[in-house]
Amino acid sequence: MFACIFIPDFPAQALIRVEPSLRTCSVAVLSGRPPLEKVVALNERARQTGVEIGATKSRLEAWANLVLRPRSESQETSAHVALLDCAQSFSPEIEDTSPGVVLLNLAGLESLLGSPPDVARDLSQRVAQMELEPNIAVAANPDAALLAARGFSGMTLIPEGREAERLGDLPVDVLLEGFSSDAAEAARWAETFDRWGIRKLRAFAALPEVPLSERLGQQGLHLQKLARGAALRDLRVLEQKLTFSESVELEYPIVLLEPLAFLLNRMLEQLCTQLRARALAVQELQLTLELAMTQSNSYRSASCTSSSSFTRMLRLPTPMLNEKTFLKLLQLDLQAHPPGAPIVKIRLSAEAARPRALQSGLFQPVFPEPEKLELTLARIAGIVGDGRVGSVELLDTHREGAFAIRHFAPIEAASTELKVKRPGSRKKKDMSLPENNGACELKENLEENLEETAKEKMSVVIALRLFRPALGASVIVREAKPVRMQCSQRPEIAGDIVWTAGPWRSSGDWSEQEGWSREEWDIAVAAEDGLVLYRLVQDKLDSKWFVEGMYD
Amino acid sequence: MSASPVFSAAASGRPFIFSPPSSLRANAEKMGKKTSEILSYVGASRKFAAQLAAIIPASHIDVRPAPEMVSSGIPQLDSLTGGFARGCLTEICGTASSGRTSVLLFALARATQRGEVCALVDTSDAFDPASAAAAGMEMNRLLWVRCEDKYPPHRDTPSSSSVRNRDYGNLSQWKNPEVRRWESQLAQMLKVTDLLLQSNGFGMIALDLGNIPVQSARRIPLASWFRFRRVIEHTPTVLLALEQQPIAGSCSSALLRVSAVQANRELRKSELPHSELLDQFEITVELLRSRFGQKIERKMERKPVQSTACFKSRATWAG
Repeated sequence: MFACIFIPDFPAQALIRVEPSLRTCSVAVLSGRPPLEKVVALNERARQTGVEIGATKSRLEAWANLVLRPRSESQETSAHVALLDCAQSFSPEIEDTSPGVVLLNLAGLESLLGSPPDVARDLSQRVAQMELEPNIAVAANPDAALLAARGFSGMTLIPEGREAERLGDLPVDVLLEGFSSDAAEAARWAETFDRWGIRKLRAFAALPEVPLSERLGQQGLHLQKLARGAALRDLRVLEQKLTFSESVELEYPIVLLEPLAFLLNRMLEQLCTQLRARALAVQELQLTLELAMTQSNSYRSASCTSSSSFTRMLRLPTPMLNEKTFLKLLQLDLQAHPPGAPIVKIRLSAEAARPRALQSGLFQPVFPEPEKLELTLARIAGIVGDGRVGSVELLDTHREGAFAIRHFAPIEAASTELKVKRPGSRKKKDMSLPENNGACELKENLEENLEETAKEKMSVVIALRLFRPALGASVIVREAKPVRMQCSQRPEIAGDIVWTAGPWRSSGDWSEQEGWSREEWDIAVAAEDGLVLYRLVQDKLDSKWFVEGMYD
Repeated sequence: MSASPVFSAAASGRPFIFSPPSSLRANAEKMGKKTSEILSYVGASRKFAAQLAAIIPASHIDVRPAPEMVSSGIPQLDSLTGGFARGCLTEICGTASSGRTSVLLFALARATQRGEVCALVDTSDAFDPASAAAAGMEMNRLLWVRCEDKYPPHRDTPSSSSVRNRDYGNLSQWKNPEVRRWESQLAQMLKVTDLLLQSNGFGMIALDLGNIPVQSARRIPLASWFRFRRVIEHTPTVLLALEQQPIAGSCSSALLRVSAVQANRELRKSELPHSELLDQFEITVELLRSRFGQKIERKMERKPVQSTACFKSRATWAG
C-alpha cells in the first residue's frame, strides 16, 4: 500500500503555518512582478468569498477583508522540508513528488504502525501538528493515492481493486494537475477533453484502448491507466540528509527584538516538533539573520539597499529540547549582540543529537539542571559581559597569569568517585579470598597510611589576590633590593619594605613580538593592621615596577 | 471535611513534622486533642485520628532542625565550627594578608573535589587561577564570575591630566569615581548572586568582597542579605561571603575572623627566610558568632566565648 500527503493551496498554507493568526482570515497569495501580480493560491475562506486563481491585484481591491501576501519560497521550502521529515518518520521509502506532495510506501509497516486507516489517521494528526491541513489518501499504487489525495479532501482509503470505481467520480482536471510544470501541454489536453465531452475520469477510463492510442498516442494510454488507477511504478525514493531548519522571509523589515522574538518562538516550536517526532534533541542552534543595509551614495544623492547576513551560534553543553529555553537564550544573546540593522529574513537551523539520558545516583551531590544553568549563564553574561563568566583553564605556558575562560559545562561526578564504604564489602572480600587474609589486611593498612599521608599533605595553600591590571609602582632600590615602594593608583599600598625574598627571574616568548622578561619579589610592607605581603614584579623589558598581587 | 482546619492546613502546603521531641509532647497532646475532636466531628476513624494526633505544624515547634554541616577541608576549623552549614550564610572576614582568601579557596577546592558544583562571584576580579589549582580546585566544577569594572581608574577621571586640562561645566558626574566603581561592581554582584541562588544545584557559592572598602560594602542593603538567607534556606547550598569586616549582620549564621598576627609578629622579630614565611604562614581563625553547633540547645543567637583555631599554610611551590 501507498499513502500520499497532499497539501492543498500549499503556498497559502505555508504562509499561514508561520502566521497562524491568518487562519481565520481570507488569504490570497500573490506572485509576479509589480504591478502585474496575480493570485497563485488562496485559502478556503477566500475561495468562498469569490476570489479566483489568476485574479490580478487591482481586481482584488474590491474585497475589503482579504489579506494579500507575496509568495514566499523560503517558507514553502521550510514547510516542505518539515513535511518530508514527517513522512520519513513513518516510512523509510518516501518520494518527494512536488512541493506540498509526498508519497510513502507503507509495505511491511503494518506490524509497526497498524492498519492503513490507522496510519492515515496518524499521518493526518502529525501533519496537523505542523499547522498544515493535509489531504491523505491510501491506495494500492502510488498514482492512485496521488489522484485521490488531489481530488478528495480529508482522509481517503481505496481498497485494492476498486481504484477505477473510486477515482471515476473525480474531474479530469485532477489528472491534468500533473502537468503543472508545462501549462501549454495541460491546456492542450484540457481542450481535447473538452472537445470530446469528457468531464470525469470514469468517462475517460471507459474509452477503448486501441482507438485512444491511435488518436492520443502512448501518453494518452498512460493517462487512461492513471484514470483507471492501474498505473504501476516504483517510488523515486528520496535519500534525505537530516537537516532541521526553518526560515521566514519578512514583508517588512523588523527593527525591534520583541516582534523578532514572536517569530523566533513560532520557528522554534516548528523545529522542536520535527525533532521531537524523531526523538532527537538540539545540540547546536544557528540563527542567521539577513539584514537590510542601506548605503547612501553621496554623488547621486540616492540610497541603495543591499543585504548582509548576521549569524549567531548557540552551542549547548548537553542536547536539549525546550523551545522556551531556546527562545530565552536567543533573546539574551541578541540583547548582548544586537544585529545593528533591520532584519528581512530569518533562518534557524539546528544540529540534532541524541537526547540526554540521565539517571542521578542517590548518593551523588546536587547538580544544576542543564537547561536552567544555561539560562543563568546567559543572564549573568548579560550583566558582567561576554567572556567574564565560565570555568577557568590554565594554559600550558610559563607566562604568569595565563588562562582562558571556557564555557561552563560541569561534569557530573561519577558514582565511582564516591567512596561509600558498605558494611558487607569487607566480609565479602574475606569470603572470596580466605587464604590471603593477612595480605589483605597489610594492603588495607598500607592504603590507610597512604590516605593519612595525603590528608596531611592537603593543607591550606597560601593564595594570591591579583590586581587586574597590575598596579604601577615607584620603587626605591638599595643594594639591588627594593626597600620602599609607593603605588600611585592605590595610595594605601605604600611604605617601607621590611622583608624581601627574591628575585625570581623568568622570561619567555623571546622569538615572538609579545616576549616577556620579569623579576619577581615577595615583599612585606608595614601597614596599620600589621604586615601585608605583596608580589612585586619588575618588567625587565622596560624596567617598570608593578604590584601584581597580594598574598592573602 | 472542608470545615477541618487540619485538612485546610494540609491543603495549603504547610509543612508538618512527625514524631515530636519529648519536650514538646504537651504541645502535641494539646494539638492532638483538638484534631481528634474535629475528626470525630467529621466522622473519621479513631485510628486515623490517633495517627494525625502526632502531627504538629512546623510553625508550632520552637526548635528547628540543625542544618547539615559540610567540612571546610581544614580539620582545625571543622573542630571549631563543625564545618560550614548548608542553607546558611557564613561570613569570613579579615584584613589584607590575613589568610582569608586561602581559607575560602581551600573550602571551594574541597567542595569541588566532593563533586559539587561551586561558584565564585569575584567582585573585584582578584581570583588567581594558579593559586586555586595549587589548592586542588577542580576547575571544571567552578563557575567564575568576574564582575566588570565599568569605571577603571585609568579612564577619564578628574585625576587624569586629560580631564584636568578640559573645561567641564558640571563636574558632579566625576564625584567620587572610586565609590561609583565599587557601587557598580556591588550591584553586579547582587544581581549575579540572586541568579545563582535561584538556579539551585550549586553546592557552594562564594562572594568575594575582600577588596571592597568597608564603607562601600556596608552600603549593601540588609534586605539583600536577608533575601539571600531566605532563598538558600532548605537548600543544600553553602553561601560564603569574604569581606574585610562583618556586613551581613544577623543574616549570617556564622561569623569567622581570620588573622595572621602570629606570623607577622615572628616576621617583625627576625628576618625570616622565604621558605619559612610563605610555607608556614600561620593562620588563626576566631569564631565570633554562631547560630548553631554545640550551642543549639540554647535556641537563640548569641555571642560565644571567642574560640580560635590555628593552622599553617604552605606555599604554592612547596608541592
